[in-house]
Amino acid sequence: MAAAEHILLRHRDIPDFDRLDTYLAHGGFEALKTTVTSKSPPDVIEIVKASGLRGRGGAGFPTGVKWSFLTPDVFPRYVVVNADESEPGTFKDREIMEHNPFQLLEGVALCAFAARASTAYIYCRGEFWDLAAALGAHIAELRGRGFLGRKLFGTDFSLEIFVHLGAGAYICGEETALLESLEGKLGQPRLRPPFPAAKGLYGQPTVVNNVETLANLPPILARGADWYRSIGTKDSPGTKVFSLSGNVARPGNYELPLGTPFRTLIFDHGGGVPGGRKIKAILPAGASAPILVATEEVLDTPMDYESLPKVGSMLGSASIIVIDDSVDIFWVALKTTRFFKHESCGKCTPCREGTYWMLHLLERLHDGTPADAGQVDLLQAVARGIEGKCLCPLGEFSIMPVTSGIERFRADFAAHEASGQ
Amino acid sequence: MTAPDVRLGALREKYATEIDAILARYPEDQRRSAVMPLLYLAQHQYGYLSPAALQEVATILGLSSTQVGSLVGFYTLYHDRPAGQVRMQICTDLPCALRGAEAFAQSVCQNLGIRLGETTADGLITVEEVTCLAGCDRAPMFQVQDSTGIHYRESQTVESAMAWTEEVRRTYGRS
Repeated sequence: MAAAEHILLRHRDIPDFDRLDTYLAHGGFEALKTTVTSKSPPDVIEIVKASGLRGRGGAGFPTGVKWSFLTPDVFPRYVVVNADESEPGTFKDREIMEHNPFQLLEGVALCAFAARASTAYIYCRGEFWDLAAALGAHIAELRGRGFLGRKLFGTDFSLEIFVHLGAGAYICGEETALLESLEGKLGQPRLRPPFPAAKGLYGQPTVVNNVETLANLPPILARGADWYRSIGTKDSPGTKVFSLSGNVARPGNYELPLGTPFRTLIFDHGGGVPGGRKIKAILPAGASAPILVATEEVLDTPMDYESLPKVGSMLGSASIIVIDDSVDIFWVALKTTRFFKHESCGKCTPCREGTYWMLHLLERLHDGTPADAGQVDLLQAVARGIEGKCLCPLGEFSIMPVTSGIERFRADFAAHEASGQ
Repeated sequence: MTAPDVRLGALREKYATEIDAILARYPEDQRRSAVMPLLYLAQHQYGYLSPAALQEVATILGLSSTQVGSLVGFYTLYHDRPAGQVRMQICTDLPCALRGAEAFAQSVCQNLGIRLGETTADGLITVEEVTCLAGCDRAPMFQVQDSTGIHYRESQTVESAMAWTEEVRRTYGRS
């Protein structure tokens, strides 16, 4: 299968695409100018709805629909860009921001126009220090060249974009925790409803979108919803940047149409599993989805929002971690549980206590002290006790590698129970 | 190295322009949003966030030092106690671990004669394990947190990492 045209990773086709003049020479900011001068905000929302674009941060919620929930006639409104990319195995937003920053910034401006917001914040994880500095310089350049600031293109539309650095907390990828953090508080999720579209940043109507989602807007507005729908599948239009990592010969980001099978990504693009090993398992959404047994059926499954649930997992942020047959799935669950226990924000009890006890049981099995029979069942029971009871998705994610691991790779867990190691 | 200046107000005197620029990003009645950028500023000035530094940030924003202090415990990039001049933070999360990051971290520590979480005898480098840094395709990798910010070093080998530690020693004049 031939590689698709790059829509998001255009810098891979065009040298120096992170320079404003290069971006402008390739049609950059024409979509914004045309939109702002000839369309209304509701027009833009309808086009984005018609495109079928779904949120690329993990939830896959239709972007235009999310925007349409903004409480009418309440101002000011805000656009907040979720650039807190922290899911293990996910490194796509980073590449877009580092190498195709102006497409993101044009997308932010299009979103702000549609939302009738005049202030946008890009919430970057703190570790992206150097990237955030570069982004700040690009914003200053855009301001200097009249693409940001007051009364853009001779209209009443004004926009300022600011970069805000987080400081190391996975939970801030959850949109209400991100807003709390941006307000200078602990990054802990809010009880919903109200959703951010009604009460978001500073209690005002707010759109929170992922970096990759927003980078899709300039091509959609430039080329239209029908063009966009010609790529991908009926329910998952467009391309997706798949972050491929783990036991694979050529890890990296691959932009492919949604609906591309795992096999194409892992073997044709990623070069397969090195060292003569066989593929054993796939984590299709970082640490935050059930682990798949790498059967022929799974390898032939299209990677899109509708197909993954049919084989017992989720697309999420599409960070595909490949596991070869030398790896113990018990160890995988130990690693992911250690991650979630560390990252639990502590606000709700099932997640805070549950991740602690899951890790405690896993470590006990790992260390063999004491390795009573029934420990694996106890672990499964603790995980089930967390399920469906958490304030935010992070708590729900934390059990997925554990429950799916025990169900689908029971022997790997039983071996630890038997040997006490 | 001169002793860190912990006089209350030193931050405001030294970084008046930066602080004004930070405050200007947020609505006037939402100054609390500036707390995270100001904590970075204080940490870079003093090396870590002492109670005096927290008080200083709190005073600038009209917050209590408890409100500010709670953030330090919550966010991993803020530090409330001194460590090495440079923090070498190695990702050993699942994707990196599948590509040898745990063995990499152990070898680096062995070569430096310390364990994970410890600081070299010369007080220069603290080695820590961290969770995913979005550099999974270029593992083993680590980030360097120092007074200039946070910088990534990717596609590492034990040899390249040790060469970097030598570079740090030269930079800080302790070779």
